[in-house]
Amino acid sequence: MSAASALPGSVDATLDLLMKHGYLAERALATVTFLSLKMGRPLFLEGEAGVGKTEIAKVLSAALGRRLIRLQCYEGLDVSSAVYEWNSAAQMIAIRLAEASGDTDRDRLSHDVFAEQYLIKRPLLQALEPDPAGAPVLLIDELDRADEAFEAFLLEILSDFQVTIPEFGTVRAPQPPIVIVTSNRTREIHDALKRRCLYHWVDYPSAEREIAIVKSRVSGISAKLSEQVVAFVQAVRGEDLFKPPGVAETLDWATALRELDAKTLTPQVVGDSLGALLKYQDDIGRMQGETLTRTLDAALAGKPK
Amino acid sequence: MPDIADIPSAPDLSGSGVIADNIIGFARALRAAGMPVGPGATIDALKALQVVGLSNRADVFAALECIFVKRHEHATIFAQAFEIFFRAEQNWDQLVDSVPLPGQPEQKPPPPASRRVQEALSQRDMVKERESYVQEMQLSVSDEEVLQTKDFAQMSAAEIASVTRAIERLKLPLAERPTRRFQPLPRGRKLDLRRTLRGSLRTGGEIVNFHRLGHIDKPVPVVALLDISGSMSEYTRLFLHFLHAVTDARKRVSVFLFGTRLTNITRALRARDPDDALARCSAMVEDWSGGTRIAPSLHAFNKLWGRRVLGQGAIVLLISDGLEREADARLGFEMDRLHRSCRRLIWLNPLLRYSGFEPKAQGVKMMLPHVDEFRPVHNLKSIGELIDALSVAPAARSLIRPAA
Repeated sequence: MSAASALPGSVDATLDLLMKHGYLAERALATVTFLSLKMGRPLFLEGEAGVGKTEIAKVLSAALGRRLIRLQCYEGLDVSSAVYEWNSAAQMIAIRLAEASGDTDRDRLSHDVFAEQYLIKRPLLQALEPDPAGAPVLLIDELDRADEAFEAFLLEILSDFQVTIPEFGTVRAPQPPIVIVTSNRTREIHDALKRRCLYHWVDYPSAEREIAIVKSRVSGISAKLSEQVVAFVQAVRGEDLFKPPGVAETLDWATALRELDAKTLTPQVVGDSLGALLKYQDDIGRMQGETLTRTLDAALAGKPK
Repeated sequence: MPDIADIPSAPDLSGSGVIADNIIGFARALRAAGMPVGPGATIDALKALQVVGLSNRADVFAALECIFVKRHEHATIFAQAFEIFFRAEQNWDQLVDSVPLPGQPEQKPPPPASRRVQEALSQRDMVKERESYVQEMQLSVSDEEVLQTKDFAQMSAAEIASVTRAIERLKLPLAERPTRRFQPLPRGRKLDLRRTLRGSLRTGGEIVNFHRLGHIDKPVPVVALLDISGSMSEYTRLFLHFLHAVTDARKRVSVFLFGTRLTNITRALRARDPDDALARCSAMVEDWSGGTRIAPSLHAFNKLWGRRVLGQGAIVLLISDGLEREADARLGFEMDRLHRSCRRLIWLNPLLRYSGFEPKAQGVKMMLPHVDEFRPVHNLKSIGELIDALSVAPAARSLIRPAA
């Protein structure tokens, strides 16, 4: 293992490591991340969309110098697209070739045909393979989108880090991967799976932290504007909206404002660029006109910094 | 049985057993507060504390939280318990066990089913002679016919009891929808290359049988929103029985009650025994037979639960008489949102039993344009018809069809 892949030794070291790679984490998140690395347990992150759950896996992979393997979940995700599949065409050719060369030993044929070279490895199987740079970071993204059946299948992988392929045998990870599971809570994940993980609810960041995030992620934005942006976004989150903006939306909006050459927030500028922040027509409608002016005024006035 | 020596000993924590005792006590307190905390979690918690150390209270909090809390709803309970159990001013190097553990409750109330058992045992039928048996049978058959069409609101206690039993026998058929997952199916549309190939090896590479795959069918999720306001009070108990029977028989059913506020009772209804389940529900609800505030309740549902339970093409059963005190444009707006986020919105209204029913109330007028179906539910027959309607897989708006 290279020096880059050494795991952090304490909560503070984890915090520093994440910060060095551009992720400004709350201390609690750093604590559970550290625990997950140290105890070799999957980390289950739940929270609203756009609060930086997926990001942490990417940052961890960069910070530790590990490969990032991402499994994006969707309804209908099954074993053949998540774990492995046999390359049937190649197997068929191998059988034909064996026939043509007069080889009719059935046992040997079946042994040859179900060899590793015909195995197409999908993300989960890849994550169990040894890697010279250290075990990879496995991101199982938006697990709530997959069906319950797939969740049950994950139980074996997440607790024992092994997969059983009937024709081939059991593949076991020499070193367990660093697993990050995320969920947007569009449905409840079963307790059995959560029990195998360390659970953490990722919340919206505090104003202070969010300002720091905007400054570090959006280059060329003035301190004044970034503070105003965050003050307004935090005020908007307090409104009764269908989908309050996440950190990702804050960053989008800040970038949009930078591109519009905005120096300070005015009702005009905010109204024009609201689509970068709010993603439902109802919400945009609610935030127009008088509500917008009122919220903006309150946000700009209530901002001490 | 494993040998004593094989059992791993508890993690050694700085030489004193006080911390382990504290964590065990803390886990017990959480359990007493209603959180599902297993013994495995306690061991994990001890390991985690070993890793993060005890120097920083916030770290200990985060470490214990990520192990004991597995649902966001439990975070508040955990935070309170932590505050009480590990007081801030205490020295972290020596956690003092100062909190009395919750003791055993002195006298448990009798379980809800016991009343039923008592009633059953005290009935005269239990000692009835055999001669009247045949006549009894006939009576009960015709009784059932009468009960089929009798309004729930006009039933006697005995009639309600027998209707309840009839409801429990009703099975909500599984209106199924093909998913995008596959399973072996002889007449499926997709070729199962893997099994075909395996089969061919038996014949030395000659393919004799083609194995096929078909789509797996899955029941459509059902979400029920039941109005428990005063005007519905004669119906709510029976509907709850109906919903309990539905929840018991199939997966993916969510049930919410609303009057002046919204309560999710899905978990309470999962209790097997109907009386037990209903007792748990009533313990959760604070606004039985109060007023109706449909718009705010629907708003709460749309905002907090809509995305979580309507995700996979759910059917929504809205059981309400639509008598809203303050019907305004918001009601229409929330109904519209609900309608757009589910596959099929069925409004079940007991008021429809009157043949001359006209949607005159303001609330009803607001809601009607947004429902796919408007049905009466006031007797057994109408519930039966509802079930028939649900068993037809709807070719409605967002149905995912198998690839041709």
